[in-house]
Amino acid sequence: MGILTDLRSSISRATSSLFTGGEPKRIGIYGPPNAGKTTLANRIARDWTGDAVGPESHVPHETRRARRKENVEIKRNGKSVTIDVVDTPGVTTKVDYKEFLEHDIEKEDAVRRSREATEGVAEAMHWLREDVDGVIYVLDATEDPFTQVNTMLVGIIESQDLPVLIFANKIDLDEASVQRVSNAFPQHETVPLSALEGDNMDEVYDKIAEYFG
Amino acid sequence: MAEVTTDDGGETPTEGIQIDMISADRMDGLRTMEKIRLILDGVHDDNIVILESGLQPEEESKLIERTMTEINPDGDGFTGIEIESYPGGSGGDNGFLGRLMGNDEPNTLTVIGPADRIETLHKDETLISTLVTRQ
Repeated sequence: MGILTDLRSSISRATSSLFTGGEPKRIGIYGPPNAGKTTLANRIARDWTGDAVGPESHVPHETRRARRKENVEIKRNGKSVTIDVVDTPGVTTKVDYKEFLEHDIEKEDAVRRSREATEGVAEAMHWLREDVDGVIYVLDATEDPFTQVNTMLVGIIESQDLPVLIFANKIDLDEASVQRVSNAFPQHETVPLSALEGDNMDEVYDKIAEYFG
Repeated sequence: MAEVTTDDGGETPTEGIQIDMISADRMDGLRTMEKIRLILDGVHDDNIVILESGLQPEEESKLIERTMTEINPDGDGFTGIEIESYPGGSGGDNGFLGRLMGNDEPNTLTVIGPADRIETLHKDETLISTLVTRQ
């Protein structure tokens, strides 16, 4: 696996280095629902622009439209990289409005949220095939990463030959296991962080500049 | 859900669960949207669809997208799909490097069913154990 992994990594980085200058690269933040994608997008946007991207919530599918924060300039080691951060809805293969009822949401609102969520996931898949130049794949490090959606999504990202970083989020929680995440996707670099607490953000920005700069 | 009539004329049909096992040969002859339609039509009929050879990543992406467009929260009760294949099939050697090394085959056996009817009990590299419930 080692040589092949290194080769793949080199090819990925070479692909990333082929980006032409000028236009900011669109970096999609992908992952399952409730992994902390919007919290991360907000952390990055606030750190470098002072503005947020969108509202955060413990209710699944709070992000139901892809949102873009343009021209986020990240400065590392005397250099700067400018990216557009695209926060996407959590990808899933199923949406049941009854899940929202468990969060004290009325049926009419739950149905509306479900409809918007399905449109958002479809939109996210379209963005992935057509409109992003790189991917940050965010996983909740307290959850089992060996899910079909994660396997499929990482497979889809690889098939697009996009540079990808795996972020193991929520390391501030006792149940978090970064090792479990890196074991699930050994072909990619895993970066631990807590987007909520701001833990390990220096490494996060180093890696973003390295992979997407 | 498929109905099975009894030998004595079928007045009291018994309900069963239909499983469609689709060969790799049959899928090979289909275009992407034909494959997706074949899968989703089966799932809409409350069948379990088993693909001998799974979908390519691009096809999986379009299957997810198409599935989302067919969920109607206040409609027929379709809430999406559950899909399982052996770990390491998709996203393993079938990614960029896999294709570079000449492996252009789709991933392994894949089970797809209605999200509200199928639940994965256990999955590892050699076994997928699912619980299929009646409505």
